[in-house]
Amino acid sequence: MGDSTRFSFLSLLRHGAGKVWDRQWRDAHPKASYGVVIVGAGGHGLATAYYLAREHGIRDIAVLDKGWLGGGNTGRNTTIIRSNYLQPESAALYEHALKLWESLSQTLNYNVMYSPRGVLMLAHTHHDVQVFKRHVHANRLQGIDNEWLTPAQAKAFCPPLDVSPDVRYPIQGAALQRRGGVARHDAVAWGYARAASALGVDIIQNCAVTGISRGADGAVTGVETTKGPIETGRVGVVTAGHTSVVMAMAGVRMPLESFPLQALVSEPVKPVLPCVVMSNTVHAYISQSDKGELVIGGGTDVYASYSQAGGLHVTRETLAAICELFPSFRRLKMLRNWGGIVDTTPDRSPIIGLTPVPGLFVNCGWGTGGFKATPGSGHIFAATIARGEPHPIAAPFSLDRFLSGRMINEEAAAAVAH
Amino acid sequence: MLLISCPWCGPRPENEFRYGGQAGLTRPAASADDATWSAYLYLRNNPKGRHQERWRHQPGCGRFFNCERDTVTDRISNTSKIGPR
Ligand SMILES: Cc1cc2nc3c(=O)[nH]c(=O)nc-3n(C[C@H](O)[C@H](O)[C@H](O)COP(=O)(O)OP(=O)(O)OC[C@H]3O[C@@H](n4cnc5c(N)ncnc54)[C@H](O)[C@@H]3O)c2cc1C
Ligand SMILES: [Zn+2]
Repeated sequence: MGDSTRFSFLSLLRHGAGKVWDRQWRDAHPKASYGVVIVGAGGHGLATAYYLAREHGIRDIAVLDKGWLGGGNTGRNTTIIRSNYLQPESAALYEHALKLWESLSQTLNYNVMYSPRGVLMLAHTHHDVQVFKRHVHANRLQGIDNEWLTPAQAKAFCPPLDVSPDVRYPIQGAALQRRGGVARHDAVAWGYARAASALGVDIIQNCAVTGISRGADGAVTGVETTKGPIETGRVGVVTAGHTSVVMAMAGVRMPLESFPLQALVSEPVKPVLPCVVMSNTVHAYISQSDKGELVIGGGTDVYASYSQAGGLHVTRETLAAICELFPSFRRLKMLRNWGGIVDTTPDRSPIIGLTPVPGLFVNCGWGTGGFKATPGSGHIFAATIARGEPHPIAAPFSLDRFLSGRMINEEAAAAVAH
Repeated sequence: MLLISCPWCGPRPENEFRYGGQAGLTRPAASADDATWSAYLYLRNNPKGRHQERWRHQPGCGRFFNCERDTVTDRISNTSKIGPR
């Protein structure tokens, strides 16, 4: 059975001899009721189900997705992982995730290809230098690695950089988080799906939630889906760009706007770029995948949309920025361009926790940068659902901060989408 | 790139405009309670479908105007001058 396959050197050898791999998770059909229903089988939803089952002993769980698992932003993102955020609340959240990344392949017995190759953020202006140095100091107080590099040190770490002073946007220095890097996005969804499924979680694809049912007291009683009604007392909404739409089914208006965010990859080439390079000022970021493709992204489209394609002129600007930073990349062909719909909050921090509707929980607002948080987000959201109260790391990210005014401003972090 | 019809200047490419977000938000009185202010400042309809929004013809006439656009197809069905409702 696929569920019991344990990956090891021996199992690889056996399959190398021609044995076909089994399916790695059960494609389930909905039962009439569940203890917990998770809406959205992206990385965050699947991780939530996994930690609910593994750490809280709740195994009567369905994860529903309107499409295929990992087909949302999880499978569309550029996989940058780092934890050097400015505010203590965010640093704690993203660092919690980064620690889980470090052992995730072992935990899941599935290679998520986490590669801590370093994330280098270039400073081109006096303002950049001040902002990044502030981040470096804040992070060191929080016990998070982040260091300031001179242009020469940045060049030593990332040889293709042009640090000469006579370019249009000279590099004045850079912030480096060495533990930052990338991971394989699909493997994260698949690894969590496989591990959750093995613990008894039902993953139900092509099953869109179309309504949220509530009792006379207002509490959640179930969901309506394209595969029929499902009873449950606890619903976790983890639907990224579609969160406003799903929450409206329970009459909750959200502080969210959904924007297309695009990315693209070049033809594969031999290793040219050893780390992730980001530039807020020139406004693009780039890394190289293990297949050799350069993975490129930039800012969101300017207007709210669910079109999942985005405007081509936005991508053209991103490419112009990359070629400004690395003129030699002008000679590369681009292979593919795509978009995902990201849910942005006013303070550019996520929303994790309870809602005004009893039994309804939400985990959203990750916007342009939630992939890096996947393990941590699932971990603390599971605890929040299991206990019915926010996990301490999740508490500052509750929905009511937009009423109390306790914002967690990370706009600098989101200056270039990542 | 969208082709947006400014009610004053006519159809122009999207990059001549700035997006202004959801239209029709009314600023509450200073004495309004926190929930009212929070809704005005932060809560948005963010619909999948027909959206009433504002755009500004920044480098052209500089004026704000209303626009109705479908957020799935990005098709604009109407633009109009901002006036008393
Ligand atoms: C181009 C791009 C680049 C990015 N780059 C980075 C990066 O470098 N680093 C980083 O940290 N983050 C990045 N992000 C952001 C990151 O991808 C997201 O924050 C993260 O993947 C969100 O995960 P999720 O599981 O919450 O959402 P998703 O993976 O989008 O999952 C949500 C799921 O909900 C499902 N759903 C929606 N509505 C319903 C419904 N009614 N019923 C049932 N199911 C429903 C969807 O089908 C979807 O599968 C990027 C995003 C994009 C688009
Ligand atoms: Zn005009």
